Amino acid sequence: MSELTTLTIAEARAKLAAGETSAVELTNAYLAAIDAANEHLNAYVTVTAEKAREMASASDARRAKGEVGRLEGIPLGIKDLFATEGVHTQAASHILDGFKPRYESTVTANLWADGAVMLGKLNMDEFAMGSSNETSYYGPVKNPWRRKDSNMDLVPGGSSGGSAAAVAAWLCAGATATDTGGSIRQPAALTGTVGIKPTYGRCSRWGTVAFASSLDQAGPIARDVRDAAILLRSMASTDAKDTTSVDREVPDYEAAVGRSVKGLKIGIPREYRMDGMPAEIETLWQQGIDWLRAAGAEIVDVSLPHTKYALPAYYIVAPAEASSNLARYDGVRYGLRVPGKDVIDMYEQTRSAGFGREVKRRIMIGTYVLSAGYYDAYYLKAQKVRTLIKRDFEAVYASGVDALLTPATPSAAFGIADQDMASDPVKMYLNDVFTVTVNMAGLPGIAVPAGLSAEGTPLGLQLIGRPFDEETLFAAAHVIEQAAGRFQPAKWW
Amino acid sequence: MSVDTATVRRVARLARIAVTDDEAEAMRGELNAILGFVEQLDEVDVTGVEPMTSVTPMEMKKRADAVTDGARAEDIVANAPVTEDNFFVVPKVVE
Repeated sequence: MSELTTLTIAEARAKLAAGETSAVELTNAYLAAIDAANEHLNAYVTVTAEKAREMASASDARRAKGEVGRLEGIPLGIKDLFATEGVHTQAASHILDGFKPRYESTVTANLWADGAVMLGKLNMDEFAMGSSNETSYYGPVKNPWRRKDSNMDLVPGGSSGGSAAAVAAWLCAGATATDTGGSIRQPAALTGTVGIKPTYGRCSRWGTVAFASSLDQAGPIARDVRDAAILLRSMASTDAKDTTSVDREVPDYEAAVGRSVKGLKIGIPREYRMDGMPAEIETLWQQGIDWLRAAGAEIVDVSLPHTKYALPAYYIVAPAEASSNLARYDGVRYGLRVPGKDVIDMYEQTRSAGFGREVKRRIMIGTYVLSAGYYDAYYLKAQKVRTLIKRDFEAVYASGVDALLTPATPSAAFGIADQDMASDPVKMYLNDVFTVTVNMAGLPGIAVPAGLSAEGTPLGLQLIGRPFDEETLFAAAHVIEQAAGRFQPAKWW
Repeated sequence: MSVDTATVRRVARLARIAVTDDEAEAMRGELNAILGFVEQLDEVDVTGVEPMTSVTPMEMKKRADAVTDGARAEDIVANAPVTEDNFFVVPKVVE
């Protein structure tokens, strides 16, 4: 790890501006770090070294001419879910073997327009379905964090496990990620990084491989709150190519970092105090409450009565939308084709060989809940429950609450191939119990590191905001970050 | 509600996923675990509640009815496993 790779984006930006380093130097430092680390961590599924150096040279040339974008010369990792022109884009699935799109996603196009450099594509759970990065066709990502006095490999969380691990292990300055039920915030919490899922509609979904379209949102994972704010400003936009993209100007999120939280009303939802919650999560939550109160925020108890129904409703809505979105993988237009005795058999053989176990499971659930006779009992009911979940939040915000503080995850990072999780899919789903409500209601949520577990691994807190009020989240998360400090793994790889 | 192996096979057929007998049996257990979990929703009274159709209240954007893209047949077939003269090639569908 060279000194250059430990810089935050804000620090690298200052060094680049002062002429103390160049985009090429920075990029080469990251490429060397990836080269040394990736066989151990498996964070990248492809490294675009040549393209990275070309982009970095072009960035330095622009800077020499006085053209400096907001992310000029900053090397980033891109989750394999984002379409990148001419570059590996497979959602970490076998079924998209060899797929190299002829177009660029809006989010990544925005980043390149602002001067950023692409280092490569990051590992993830297959089609973003998972909470441990173990469902990837490319194998699990290892968390750069280990427990005290232990060599056991831990998961980095998921589905954006590669993004979180790469940021934590200094293999990119920041990363793109996506969040359908917690896929940005849970891995951020498990790796000591900052991740924000913005309000639904803030980042364009165009060119991002679809999982559950009414829940999917892109967002950044970064080393600190300021970097997350810098990245989100560039990723977000209004896009005519996504009909759910919102017509609102993108604020200067970075300006909110450091803003006082004095007088803000922070709600503590009592339903998030789950049965069997580990004591250290309770303690962490209380610590967060104390920090925000000390910074001048008013703390109020609130109730979100339908909280416990968010996860079961999610496991109807998300698989239903996934079964529809993933119908396109038929062995005809892209990726894998397995021959069959007729066209139907070709579809069935291709999809059987191309999709992993968790993806098949979700397609099956989705197909079942949408099938004739079950639609009303499952899908329609879940969408009604979703209305109730959203109403809970609306009532709390209408009472004057500015943001909510909750734990980010029910535990710290667990081991790769954990027996409990492997034997029961529902156990794995419970990882998202605190994050999934936010997707169901379309709200913004940020995970910020707040402490370490007894085992010495990171724990995070989550702040949930009003629609399109990401700025309050950055301000409040910064207060927690200032109080908690930053957390970095001991390098073993 | 719980599913039997025959239902798993029927759903797999609808989803166009080939399953072996062993896989169907394993899936039956997993699907029932998930369906058991979502059964909690039966406790919720949703009388008079509108199903959510859009998470943010917004009017569907409409664009001008004009050609904005096209003439990119080569790009479209570029990633296909089998093509011929910019057509997708599939096994015989009609006898």
